[in-house]
Amino acid sequence: MKSWYLKNVGLGLVALIMLSGQAAQAAAGDCPTKGVKELTGAGSTFDFPLFSKMFDEYNKLCGVKVNYQSIGSGGGIRQLQEMTVDFGASDGIMTEQQLAQAKGGPVLHVPVTAGAEAVVYNLPGIARGAIKLTPDVLADIYLKKITKWDDQHIKALNPNVSLPNLDIAVVHRSDGSGTTYIFTDYLSKVSKDWSDKVGTATSVNWPGDIGGAGNEGVANQVRQIPGAIGYVELAYAMQNNMPWALVRNKAGTFMPPSLEGAAAAADVQSLPDDMKVMVTNSANQYAYPISGFSWMLIYADQKDAARGDAVAHLAWWMIHDGQKYSKALLYAPLAPAAVQKAESLIRQVKVANKPILAGN
Amino acid sequence: MNGRQDNMIERPAETVAEAALDPLPWKILEPLPRSPSAKAAQASQGTIGDKLFYSVTKCFALFIILLAVLLVFYLFHGSWQAIQRFGWHFLIGTTWDPVAEIFGTLPTIVGTLVKSFLAILIAVPISFASAIFLALYAPRWLRNPLSFLIELLAAIPSVVFGLWGLFVLVPVVRIWQIWLKSHFGWFPLFNGPAVYGVGVLAAGLILAIMITPIITAISRDLLRAVPRSQMEAMLALGATRWEAVWKAVLPYARVGLVGAVVLGLGRAVGETMAVTLVGGNAFKLVTSLFDPVHSMASQIASEFTEATYNLYVSSLIYVGLVLFGITIVLGLLSQLLIWRLSRGQVGILE
Repeated sequence: MKSWYLKNVGLGLVALIMLSGQAAQAAAGDCPTKGVKELTGAGSTFDFPLFSKMFDEYNKLCGVKVNYQSIGSGGGIRQLQEMTVDFGASDGIMTEQQLAQAKGGPVLHVPVTAGAEAVVYNLPGIARGAIKLTPDVLADIYLKKITKWDDQHIKALNPNVSLPNLDIAVVHRSDGSGTTYIFTDYLSKVSKDWSDKVGTATSVNWPGDIGGAGNEGVANQVRQIPGAIGYVELAYAMQNNMPWALVRNKAGTFMPPSLEGAAAAADVQSLPDDMKVMVTNSANQYAYPISGFSWMLIYADQKDAARGDAVAHLAWWMIHDGQKYSKALLYAPLAPAAVQKAESLIRQVKVANKPILAGN
Repeated sequence: MNGRQDNMIERPAETVAEAALDPLPWKILEPLPRSPSAKAAQASQGTIGDKLFYSVTKCFALFIILLAVLLVFYLFHGSWQAIQRFGWHFLIGTTWDPVAEIFGTLPTIVGTLVKSFLAILIAVPISFASAIFLALYAPRWLRNPLSFLIELLAAIPSVVFGLWGLFVLVPVVRIWQIWLKSHFGWFPLFNGPAVYGVGVLAAGLILAIMITPIITAISRDLLRAVPRSQMEAMLALGATRWEAVWKAVLPYARVGLVGAVVLGLGRAVGETMAVTLVGGNAFKLVTSLFDPVHSMASQIASEFTEATYNLYVSSLIYVGLVLFGITIVLGLLSQLLIWRLSRGQVGILE
């Protein structure tokens, strides 16, 4: 259903652009024609399963092989700064300092997919979705201000659940990760205390308790330790059948983590044109609040005409036809509003000041 | 050389024993002499192969030194920003805050040392006991398969140990810890978060399991290399087997045994993957056996890819420099220990 909808939105948009006349007919859906058969990218590990599938399909379609190294968002940014890859991929926005160090000039953040993070727990006998959490309570748990499951603040939110007198074991990622970036960004937005004491980063100074390496590390600690709470990418929580909490979004609804919730989080009117926005704590009433984009990082000024052409075509394909592979791999497809913004970003990719995809 | 051979020929019927005592043949194996006459002698012999062999070995030996120098240079170069910023306060700082750009690494230094020494504490008695059994007691039918098995264990990659530790060892450790805490919770070392399972104890145990095969295999070879006469003489004097092992065999091999322990310690200090999986990785000073523990190697490995600004990267390399320094200090201490040990008289000669 969803993919049907997406495909049509995609096609519709393409048709619209064609009709509008200002854009390039050559751009949409075409394969690059300038002879580049190989591209390299590096970055986000979160994107890797989706990218593998997308790039495999793209290779079949256009005969362009994309080598993607999933070395983490930070590594991808560094490689992009050094111009050793054609594109980077990151779950976080590049900082001013990082942008200043990029040797190839301005970097475009093109959203390619979105994801949600589940707050998972281990409470014997308490099922998935049975626990409700507000942003304050979640932040206080991670700040170690709330240390017991039968704390009155949690009780007040869950009057019908018999909460055990267990210590809360707070589990976080021990490795630097985009997942942590999204999670801490969310906590910083909803809790002043968190933003003052801890802040937002790929790795922070955690008030407590245990670090797990990777999503699987966190998932494992949570599964093993009674009373544990942690955050993992939605795909891991689904595949491992872990119980997750409902988190209250900005509009006041308790939401389970879902692909639809993540897509909705990115479907707001207020998206900025450069798309450098964390959509955590989204105002959309259907949004799941701990959601975020993952971006493809592309230099606006491409040095090599053929490679620039290939990168722009690849990006274009990824935000349109490529999106149909998202759902099966548990990624949230881009909402129409986001696709539109992404299109205008890709149109800004230039070689020698001439846009690659427009007015071809 | 020429002259020496002539000399050999000239000596008509000297005893074999005397020829064996002649030190000259061994000179060939020593580094090539520098005196011009010897060089000339060599050239005339046409020992290009020898020369080449000497040069090649020398090159590789120097290459290792060059590598070490480059490594130290790079560590200093890479961490310079952090050294300038934090200085030696980095070593006693207990905050690691990438957001506020404050870095100090005392908790990982302590964590690394505590878990490594715990591992040695557990592994050494087991390893020495198995080595003694394998080298001196075990019948052949048992010795060979056991030795093979131990060598096999030594070759298992650490991530396999780590996964096994996470899925099998940690749940068991959790049960022990909860029991220990409920019965001996008054004892400070047992007064920690027992229910986590991951922590100092689990990391120490997994490291002990990893280094036991190494220490055992080396110790066994060392004990087998002790001349049989050492033990036999002791037994002949009426000693029991235990006394013979304790007073004649072990002292004879003690320098090597210390070396074996140091090798094990080296592996424990630098081990990354397994302790990342079972250590708990909390950046806090450990106060009990049950506390989650972070180590220097796993901190570098897990944060390097996402270190987002220069000072952060530089601080991680600084951690690497400190780790390198700790390894060197441990190496020097063991040299000191070996030196002290080898000054004393050996076993049966006392």
